[in-house]
Amino acid sequence: MEPILTKFVREPHCYTLDFYLKHEGYQGLRTALGMKPNDVIELVKASGLKGRGGAGFPAGMKWQFVVKDTPKPKYIVCNADESEPGTFKDHLLMERNPHLLFEGCLIACHAIGAKVAYIYIRGEFLHVQHVLEQQLEDAYKKGYVGKNVMGLGWDCDIFIHRGAGAYEAGEETALLESLEGKRAQPRLKPPFPAIAGLYGAPTAVNNVETLSNVPSILLRGAEWYAALGPEKNGGPKLYCISGHVERPGVYEASMNITLRELIFNVAGGVRDGRPLKAVIPGGSSVPILLPDQLDIQASFDGVAKAGSLLGSAGIIVLDDTTCMVWLAENLLRFYRHESCGKCTPCREGTQWLLNILEKIERGEGEMKDLALLENVAGLIAGKTLCAFGDAAATPALTTLKNFRGEYEAHVREGRCTVPAPWRRRTAAAAHSH
Amino acid sequence: MSFHPKIDYREFHRSTRKMPYDDGKVFAYEPDNRARLEDIAKRYPPEGRKSAILPALYLVQRQLGYISLSSMQHVAEAIGCTAAEVEDVVSFYTMFYTRPMGKFVVQVCRTLPCALRGAERVTEELTTALGIQPNDTDSTGTFTLMEVECLGACDRAPLVMVNDSWHECLQPEDAKKLADDLRARGEDALTGCHHQSPDRAKG
Ligand SMILES: Cc1cc2nc3c(=O)[nH]c(=O)nc-3n(C[C@H](O)[C@H](O)[C@H](O)COP(=O)(O)O)c2cc1C
Ligand code: SF4
Ligand code: FES
Repeated sequence: MEPILTKFVREPHCYTLDFYLKHEGYQGLRTALGMKPNDVIELVKASGLKGRGGAGFPAGMKWQFVVKDTPKPKYIVCNADESEPGTFKDHLLMERNPHLLFEGCLIACHAIGAKVAYIYIRGEFLHVQHVLEQQLEDAYKKGYVGKNVMGLGWDCDIFIHRGAGAYEAGEETALLESLEGKRAQPRLKPPFPAIAGLYGAPTAVNNVETLSNVPSILLRGAEWYAALGPEKNGGPKLYCISGHVERPGVYEASMNITLRELIFNVAGGVRDGRPLKAVIPGGSSVPILLPDQLDIQASFDGVAKAGSLLGSAGIIVLDDTTCMVWLAENLLRFYRHESCGKCTPCREGTQWLLNILEKIERGEGEMKDLALLENVAGLIAGKTLCAFGDAAATPALTTLKNFRGEYEAHVREGRCTVPAPWRRRTAAAAHSH
Repeated sequence: MSFHPKIDYREFHRSTRKMPYDDGKVFAYEPDNRARLEDIAKRYPPEGRKSAILPALYLVQRQLGYISLSSMQHVAEAIGCTAAEVEDVVSFYTMFYTRPMGKFVVQVCRTLPCALRGAERVTEELTTALGIQPNDTDSTGTFTLMEVECLGACDRAPLVMVNDSWHECLQPEDAKKLADDLRARGEDALTGCHHQSPDRAKG
């Protein structure tokens, strides 16, 4: 498939407005502004565009749910928090193709009847933010954002808002809280943001990649878009491939591609020709797939059928030197650190999971700890306010399910049985946080 | 944290609450920072003025280097909320520093994709090169070493962020050199994406 989102990212001035305008820039918006908002929503619905932020919820439906008949303002909020381990596609899109995102934001605003879009960008992306700000200023100056957009008598503002380091700010209601100047802790749903979102007003929260898909749908139509991929998984997809591969990176492909092709053809296979041990296909928080499970469509539905999730399409590749107990411990340290603390099972459970995993990895584990791990993970999953809880329970559960023997070997031999040259060499120092 | 007879409660109690850092000085924005804050506040509707808390704190940090007790009170006045609301925010987000930091805050990403490509070793080498453990600042106030979670560029692992700039693909054996270069040349020593040619879109 010819790249659509990243076609020009290697060209020297691809991020500038002039370059963008030379390549049909803002023409999707022009088309949209000539249509009734509801027709734009119907078009995006027909395209089948699924949200690229993790949950895969259809974007057109999300816009349709936004309450239109209200005296309150409405908002588009772009989720540029990109913090899911293994995910780095929005980073590339914003840095190299910022106007595509602006155009997507504007079309979304027109569709739901909003006059303001906020782009919530994670604090660590300051260099990306600088690109966005500079380009936004140019777009304002030349009349593509702000008052009387393209002389068509329509006003719309875009503002950039910088986060400050919190994974949980990526969860959409936590993001809204953070944008309102509070801790990034999720809200109880319902009400959903479509009814009461930012400042209590109807809001749609969309991922950067989702919004960046919208202009081409307006330009070339829903049928063209849907036909790019398998049924209900249309359009181009950005895959983030990291870990033990020869060529880590962001790659654009149709969702017709298989996971095996992505890892072995596109990303050059496992580093140094080592054997593949496992793959985490959708960011840190989804079930592991084994080497014999890779001949599946790398689509939302294809990966789900194989028992995992495409999530944010962060594909983390693991070679045979990877200890699965260490891996679970590493991820639990992440989840323990990032738990927002609002609900007890997650706040306390992540600490307990980490304690037990550290103990096993150090070689001090007992066989009964394995059951305890499953027990604690089960007490978190499905019992929390947001999906973080399920995510935090997954690393322990999926490694136990697929690599129980490795856990047992740690307990039996009283040490890590899969030490790797790329890991810490000194005695596991007490972790300081 | 629940009580359980077998838990040493003191050991497991995880509240990280520390009293706000009181440097004994009264903080006030420099005039241009104050003006900048009012500019930023215009992006939000009047009832959403609290949205400017995060930007307001970044402005404090830019001016002072960290967030002090007095600065929180100052931000509260500028925003029109309580100091407790400001402290609530400061204590939640990892990018606000509540104590003076070294001139270079070296943050090694330790999450899985970076760890798979040697981040643990990078931290080890930096610990040796800088003579400090993670979370410490050296006695000259030059370096603070930290471990952070996924920075969102795992294809360029192991990733290190120094202040607001990035250094990509840092190999453990080059960690000492990076520390020396930082001492000698400051942030110019970094070779993150924002310093590079656009030709890095893939791998
Ligand atoms: C713990 C957690 C973290 C999340 N982090 C992100 C994120 O960093 N970026 C993102 O776009 N979506 C993230 N999401 C998903 C958002 O809640 C939301 O589904 C998404 O922004 C919707 O956009 P979409 O419909 O365009 O995919 C996260 C969800 C959870 C539960
Ligand atoms: S599940 Fe975890 S992250 Fe989500 S609201 Fe509860 S404590 Fe916060
Ligand atoms: S794990 Fe280090 S940048 Fe993602």
